[in-house]
Amino acid sequence: MSEHISSNKLNVTIWITLMCLTVITATVSFIDLGPFNTVVALAIATFKALLVVLFFMHVKYSSEKLTKVVILSALFWLIILLTLSLADYGTRSVHAM
Amino acid sequence: MSNSTVAVEHHNPALQHHFADMEQQKNASELGMWLFLGTEIMFFGGMFLAYLIYRLNYYNEFAAGSKSLDIYLGTANTAVLICSSLTVAMGVRAAQLGKRKLLIVLLLLTLVFGLGFLGIKGIEWYQKFEEHHIPGANFDVSDLIREYPQLHIVPAHSQLYFSLYFAMTGLHALHMVIGVGIFCFITYYAWKGKYGPEYHTPVEVAGLYWHFVDIVWIYLFPLLYLIDRRR
Repeated sequence: MSEHISSNKLNVTIWITLMCLTVITATVSFIDLGPFNTVVALAIATFKALLVVLFFMHVKYSSEKLTKVVILSALFWLIILLTLSLADYGTRSVHAM
Repeated sequence: MSNSTVAVEHHNPALQHHFADMEQQKNASELGMWLFLGTEIMFFGGMFLAYLIYRLNYYNEFAAGSKSLDIYLGTANTAVLICSSLTVAMGVRAAQLGKRKLLIVLLLLTLVFGLGFLGIKGIEWYQKFEEHHIPGANFDVSDLIREYPQLHIVPAHSQLYFSLYFAMTGLHALHMVIGVGIFCFITYYAWKGKYGPEYHTPVEVAGLYWHFVDIVWIYLFPLLYLIDRRR
């Protein structure tokens, strides 16, 4: 079972994409999109993170399924932390003074 | 028993006795790092949650604080980290192919980018220090109050933004410092010729950590610098 070796072409392509997305997200922040500034910025960040995880961290080519289980569980716990807490704070009018 | 049925084959000196083969050892190491990164996600997740909750409550102060950051230095630092991720990814490839010299060059470049990130971060923190934006006894946001009168800034709430800013970027910078330390060791062992096509797990596992710290910054950058700039 030989491991995957990423080509330099792929690595550089991912790098260029990440650099372009960084410039795009910084430029978009100067344009007023209302609430969509947040949406666009976080969508671009998530896409960048996905590229890093899949290609730089070799998850796309990993033969070990347990790795994917660990990653998805970690994200699931994070979602529990964020959504349940925000649902709590969002539905009460408690302003800590 | 005089003649064991277990043949003693070619045995890599890096193989620990409790693993069946090199691949199993590598998979176990990587899984261990992924589990650690899972705990790190929760560690940083708590800070991101605190940031989101206080941003909902004290929106104006968070917008003003965000606008007071230097977006150009922030963008430059994002670019520096992405470059370091590229050199790590190429370094892992060099180790897999057994190219020792190339691996050392790429690891040294990674260290340069990592220290460059910390340097730029230091400049940003120094600017905040000079502007009296560091929470504490000398905290003063009268400059922001003058600049953004429409936001009705309450200094105590503004202090919350900067507390979270320094806690989050500080924790991230601490991870960078640890990463630089780890890569110093990796570079030393690469120089000694320890890594090759058969054994390069430490390069890969340290790389996973480095990429994770990069990903944390990929989220810190929009949340701290970008999303409230146009308010």
